[in-house]
Amino acid sequence: MNDDYIRTLVEKGKRIDGRKFDEFRKISVETGVSKNASGSARCKIGDTEVVVGVKFDLGEPYSDSPDEGTIMVTAELIPLASPEFESGPPGVKSVELARIVDRGIRESKCIDFKKLCIRPGEKIWMAFIDIYPLNDDGNLVDASVLAALKALQEAKFPKLVDDKVDHESKTNVGLKLGKLPILTTVYKIKGNLLVDVNSKEEQVIDSRLSISVADGNIHALQKGGDFPLNIDDIKKAVDIAIKKENELVKFLK
Amino acid sequence: MSYAKRFDKRRLDEMRKIDAKVGVIKRADGSAMFQIGDTIAIAAVYGPRALHPKFLQNPEKGILRCNYDMISFSVPDRKRPGPARRSTEISLVTEKALLPVLDLKQFPNAVVDVFIQIVQANAGTRCAGICAASMALAHAGVPMSDLISAISVGKVSDKIVIDLNKEEEDHEEGATDIPVAMNSEGEITLLQLDGNVSKSELFQALEFAKKGCSEIDVIQRKALKDFYKGVKNE
Repeated sequence: MNDDYIRTLVEKGKRIDGRKFDEFRKISVETGVSKNASGSARCKIGDTEVVVGVKFDLGEPYSDSPDEGTIMVTAELIPLASPEFESGPPGVKSVELARIVDRGIRESKCIDFKKLCIRPGEKIWMAFIDIYPLNDDGNLVDASVLAALKALQEAKFPKLVDDKVDHESKTNVGLKLGKLPILTTVYKIKGNLLVDVNSKEEQVIDSRLSISVADGNIHALQKGGDFPLNIDDIKKAVDIAIKKENELVKFLK
Repeated sequence: MSYAKRFDKRRLDEMRKIDAKVGVIKRADGSAMFQIGDTIAIAAVYGPRALHPKFLQNPEKGILRCNYDMISFSVPDRKRPGPARRSTEISLVTEKALLPVLDLKQFPNAVVDVFIQIVQANAGTRCAGICAASMALAHAGVPMSDLISAISVGKVSDKIVIDLNKEEEDHEEGATDIPVAMNSEGEITLLQLDGNVSKSELFQALEFAKKGCSEIDVIQRKALKDFYKGVKNE
């Protein structure tokens, strides 16, 4: 299937798999990927599959926020998941993916960082959120956010004994998450706006905008792709993301 | 003192419950999942495909390249993402375990890439990885003379056992871990040992491994057949 074919089809209002422009593929979100994580989840969107694990560990607070814990988001684009991923240190694509997920969670304040403080100025909880795509069939970032939020919902703190973490045991205490920052990425192909592109469509996009929305408010934006977006595109994209928030948040209930 | 009864009440020659499935990663040319107890490995095969950098190319035949790693949250203490010395060594012995059954003569200058990830770890991960990789290679249609099966055997305190779990590996009186891989003829393609055993104990352990591998071989073949059964019915 050549790239021109996909683009010409979009101009005619159609997609290669017959979906509507604003239609996601089938979504499923489940927990329990690894018993050894504090919390873990798997999200599938069509053939795209991402697993995310949360692990709590001890750390020291930053000097400008002595009474706050923190999160660390990492994404590893392992070559198992796509012929295009290569082994080696994190490339720009994995860094961008991790940072988009990080910013939505951080800026929506769905985690109260103050509750992650153990002793101000000395000891805090750090939540490591690690993202692993297992099969990349496009739109990894939206799937990563759903999996990350589900893993955070499930996560339980490990036991703390004499200021040491016992990673083999879990408490019943989890995070109380606030409004969840749902991410929808809107992709532009030939002047049309689409959601949830598959890997073939992803190769021919002109630009994209990832929009993190919690309770109708925007908490993070990331523009990508080689071509510009105009104000009208952005308005429409935000409307789509606000509509999709209600649709996608249901998978986290 | 002696290890009278296994922590999880298995017989000495009893493996944990095994589950195997083929075709778990759509983007890959071949893929498989192998679960034994709480250890879960997935493997994906890409290729034969062009090999870069060029100086690694072999004009006589294709090469096999294995890459084993663990997902950061597969283990109790978060593993730093990315390969380390342990995974580099396991990648190498995995390659050597699989190579004897592969026929890559028709793919000069090409590479067959095998990527193994441990999703959840409770001992025996390299063997689970090899079992998954062998199935994934078969699923990818890479020419093979046989499948490879692998199991860890060893000694916990004073008892020879098959398929040590994490609790057994950490036994206070010591444990010896012996990962073994073999083809269906019982020819050994991986053998490692960490610990302390006598000659007779080693050979008793290898008998356990032979029995275990032949049971695993049956499970692997069934998983491959089940996949194609599904294809036929679609």
